[in-house]
Amino acid sequence: MNNIKSNFKLKQMKKISYSVMALFAAATLFTGCNQQGSANGALSSSAAEKVYVAPGEQDEYYAFLSGGYSGNLTVYGLPSGRMFKEIPVFSQFPTSGYGYSEETKPMLNTSFGFVPWDDLHHPDISQTNGELDGRWIFVNGNNTPRIARVSLSTFETEEIIEIPNSAGNHSSSFITENTEYVIAGTRFSVPVPQRDMPINEYKGNFKGALSFISVAPETGRLDIKFQVLMPGFNYDLSHPGRGASHGWHFFSTYNTEESNSLMEVNASQNDKDFIAAVNWKKIEEYVNNGGGTKMAANYAHNVYNDETHMGTTTMKKEVLTVDPTEVPGAVFFLPTPKSPHGCDVDPSGEYIIGAGKLSADLTVHSFTKMLSAIEGEKFDGEAYGIPILKFEDVMAGVVRSGGLGPLHTEFDGKGNAYTTFFISSEVVKWQLGSWEVIDRKPTYYSVGHLMIPGGNSRKPFGKYVVAMNKITKDRYLPTGPEMEHSAQIYDISGEKMELIYDFPTHGEPHYAAGCPAELLRDNSKKIYRLDENKHPYAVTSPDQARVERSGKEVHIYMSTIRSHFTPDNIEGIKVGDKVYFHITNHEQDFDVPHGFSIIGQNTSELLIMPGQTKTSIWEPKQVGVWPFYCTDFCSALHQEMQGYVRVSPASSSLPLSWSLGE
Amino acid sequence: MKRASLFMIIGPIFLLGLFVFPLWNIELGAPQYPEPLGLDIYINGLKGQNEFDIQNIDGLNHYIGMKTLPKAQDMWEFSVFPIVIISMVSLGFLIGLLGYFKQLGFQWFLGWFVLMSILGILGMYDFNAWMIDYGTNLDPNAIMKLQNPDGTPMSYKPPLFGHKRMLNFDAYSYPRLGAYLMFVGMSSTLIASYIGWRHVSSAKRINKMKMA
Repeated sequence: MNNIKSNFKLKQMKKISYSVMALFAAATLFTGCNQQGSANGALSSSAAEKVYVAPGEQDEYYAFLSGGYSGNLTVYGLPSGRMFKEIPVFSQFPTSGYGYSEETKPMLNTSFGFVPWDDLHHPDISQTNGELDGRWIFVNGNNTPRIARVSLSTFETEEIIEIPNSAGNHSSSFITENTEYVIAGTRFSVPVPQRDMPINEYKGNFKGALSFISVAPETGRLDIKFQVLMPGFNYDLSHPGRGASHGWHFFSTYNTEESNSLMEVNASQNDKDFIAAVNWKKIEEYVNNGGGTKMAANYAHNVYNDETHMGTTTMKKEVLTVDPTEVPGAVFFLPTPKSPHGCDVDPSGEYIIGAGKLSADLTVHSFTKMLSAIEGEKFDGEAYGIPILKFEDVMAGVVRSGGLGPLHTEFDGKGNAYTTFFISSEVVKWQLGSWEVIDRKPTYYSVGHLMIPGGNSRKPFGKYVVAMNKITKDRYLPTGPEMEHSAQIYDISGEKMELIYDFPTHGEPHYAAGCPAELLRDNSKKIYRLDENKHPYAVTSPDQARVERSGKEVHIYMSTIRSHFTPDNIEGIKVGDKVYFHITNHEQDFDVPHGFSIIGQNTSELLIMPGQTKTSIWEPKQVGVWPFYCTDFCSALHQEMQGYVRVSPASSSLPLSWSLGE
Repeated sequence: MKRASLFMIIGPIFLLGLFVFPLWNIELGAPQYPEPLGLDIYINGLKGQNEFDIQNIDGLNHYIGMKTLPKAQDMWEFSVFPIVIISMVSLGFLIGLLGYFKQLGFQWFLGWFVLMSILGILGMYDFNAWMIDYGTNLDPNAIMKLQNPDGTPMSYKPPLFGHKRMLNFDAYSYPRLGAYLMFVGMSSTLIASYIGWRHVSSAKRINKMKMA
């Protein structure tokens, strides 16, 4: 007993001395030895307990990590760091057939045609009264500007809307307190409308479009309500106001120099860029009263219906634009030092944090001070007709962090903020109001975003913070030149943060969103009901299975159940035919998908969920008897789940026939 | 006798619960079914414990060659049992009522209980016979033909009552609310018989005393 006690004491003392060491080490910044503290054995036993989710147990939180250049969204559990699913959004995904099946191809249509990839950045969960409501998660495609809505009941992409007049859709996809809007700002300013003009005439001619996309309260359906055409800066990140500042949205900017080349130098000349404060309620009112200019446009709106199991594309031809100078009192610029990147709003809505990424300090603006400055009309000039407020009038405080390269801030709901520092690779905890630094912990390495579940809402769940890093180096066993990025989980329930886990992530997580497991667990759909399947090529009973020909097109209406296809012998197909396999999975049991693939298919397999119908096209090029099979090990007789298609010469007159068990 | 009759009137009404609640339940749990599949047995048909359990039980059973679970119209029991229950409830209620107005004696109460018990036992016998057929009368072309160590074909008959291990499944067979209500109802008629008997015998004693 005594032994245990003294051992415990020793451990505590070690803990304290290590924290002191870590503090000291981090403060010196340039030393490499600050890794030692948290990797040591004395702490690791309690860390292990904190992240250990025993077999059969479930995690406390869902975490949705953006996949960056994978184009997809990944779902993890916290604190275990286990990955549960990759949700295909902007990229083709052969695993499920997303973007390959006839039903899902329309989801990737744009005004540029079929774009099979994008760069997915910032997930944001829908909110009601400023709190997470767990209905949908919104994400942005950065490259070919798009916003997607993913259902948190099916965990599938339900809708993608393209954004015209935008380029590098980066200050997106942030939602307002009651999910009134998803906001999508352009990072790259471009000519609006696009036209053939010299690049070096950028200044004064290019525009930055900030899009306000309305979300229908019941269906979540997206519609671009209006676009504010701002001066040609780069609109980098944004966050909505909440509480008192609900109705406003804040965008960080860089390149207020409006340079168009060697940007790393030329866009870093101004000592201060801006945070743009946009009173969208005011603009909404202006637009509702007939304000704004309708502009010709061309953009895709893709909607997936989980009853027809089909996506459809509508090309939209018009967008409503607003000149911000036409709506007095709607837009202001808040000077913010050093090319601010992150632009985060605390849970109360009072503080707007601008992370000047080329500096050591954070600038915090006060919403109340901003309002009185606006009221007092204390302007420091204007930019393209938009009033600039005086820095001193709006600034609430400066966090002298001691770090370098602040990027993003999240909140724990207990009066603290947590900011990532890219250059000095650390997370810094500081206090709102006093602006004092409370703690700092190293990250491995070069952290970008961080995420506290609900950390971007009125009600954060301040138990864990996940830091998502850009550089992995030696954190895992090496896997050649390319490695997955790395994330760290810190326990933030105490005064000091504690690094408790490291896990590899998929693609490049930028932002993430998290929520308590209870919010989603019970709403997660288990099957699609076969009796609600409205797919035009579905067969709801195996006796409807058939093969029909119209010219060179052959439609196979096929059903699956453990463990056979109906029909499984098909004859009368000819070389040169275009064969549509429409496959309906008749299972109504949780987690029993069937797969489908056929030799020589010039596309991916299909993975068909219970009750769902999916279609794959096969164009046989050679005479023969060609097998197809189920790709998902569905039962003890999965290996037997196979069939044959007989392909005859183009000139053959063999009639179509099909059978099962004959 | 009034009190006894009230018990006799109320008792049979509990049996109406059989039209709302399942009589019996058979549950099948396996490693890959953390949420077990279950079958609720009503007097007028079978229902999945979860909506698609019947389809899923049939899906599994086809491997071992079991017949699909019967629909209500496939078995005479599901149309006859409700008639029997309705008749017995009406009869019991009527007996109770006549007892209340002193037209019938407690012997009728007991008679109803005995008749109902016989019918219940017959029902159980029939249920068990169906399960034997369901569990042993297998398709000769079944995908999996399993044998006991002694070489006889394996039976998949679920237990009539209690737990039985069948291949990877744990089968549990227990009464449900309908059966419990029936138990309460029948007990009530037994109590009615007892109170009626006590009443009559004490009346006789008093009479005897008076006579003496």
